[in-house]
Amino acid sequence: MNTEMHDKRIPIIKIKDFLIVSIQVDMHDKLAIALQSQILDAIGKTGAKGVLIDISVLEMVDSFIGRMLSGMASMASIMDAAVVIVGMQPAVAITLVELGLEMPGVDTALNMEKGIDMLEKRLREQKLEL
Amino acid sequence: MTQPIIFDNQWERLGKHPLETEYDIVKIRQLIRQHAKSLTMGIVDQTRITTAVSELLRNMYNYAGGGEVIVDTGIVENHKALIITFIDHGPGIADLGLAMSDGYTSGMGMGYGLPGAKRLVDHFEIQSTINEGTIVRVMKWK
Repeated sequence: MNTEMHDKRIPIIKIKDFLIVSIQVDMHDKLAIALQSQILDAIGKTGAKGVLIDISVLEMVDSFIGRMLSGMASMASIMDAAVVIVGMQPAVAITLVELGLEMPGVDTALNMEKGIDMLEKRLREQKLEL
Repeated sequence: MTQPIIFDNQWERLGKHPLETEYDIVKIRQLIRQHAKSLTMGIVDQTRITTAVSELLRNMYNYAGGGEVIVDTGIVENHKALIITFIDHGPGIADLGLAMSDGYTSGMGMGYGLPGAKRLVDHFEIQSTINEGTIVRVMKWK
């Protein structure tokens, strides 16, 4: 068995109110599930208000990874954090639509900067409402 | 009537890969992308076939516990095609019509990922016999 594949972990970085996750590997299913709970744990521990997940190097998002991402977005929203998927490649976006996979509750941004703008705007609006 | 799935002897065999563990899903789909690249497919087609293969591999792993993937290339309907055949000896699919009906969005299908995979390829065929197994073949060309 390929031990290298087992040992890979995806780092989660906290900056201010946000968690930043950059997926740099082709994820196998267990890694995707582990990442989901890792991120939810990190939201719980840090009280982060937003999670930015950079998938710009992902060459493929299949239904499993897609469902993992949208599942995580709904769980995060229950924990009062928003999830933004950043940097999806055009070919991946085309394929996801053709595959017929909808990702309800998942916000997307073209790049990290726009994603952060999106989350900051959301936070400001929430504060205004209070 | 279903015709038996044949392997044309004009085709070139690119590989034969067992699917035994979850990690093989990643390994095989990466191989398929390499083959698609070698056949000079564009990035969108590379992504389509890789994603379709990922869906089919997961089905085979989840429902049949594994199987075998055979990769060929050959001329089909005047196209240079990448031909991928998935063979398992799992329980088989009782209702192919239901399995092929869209399930992701409606929640009504069986969620096999088959209809989605079919939309991503140029050719799709499936044969299944209860208690014997399932063969799925997909083809992608430029």
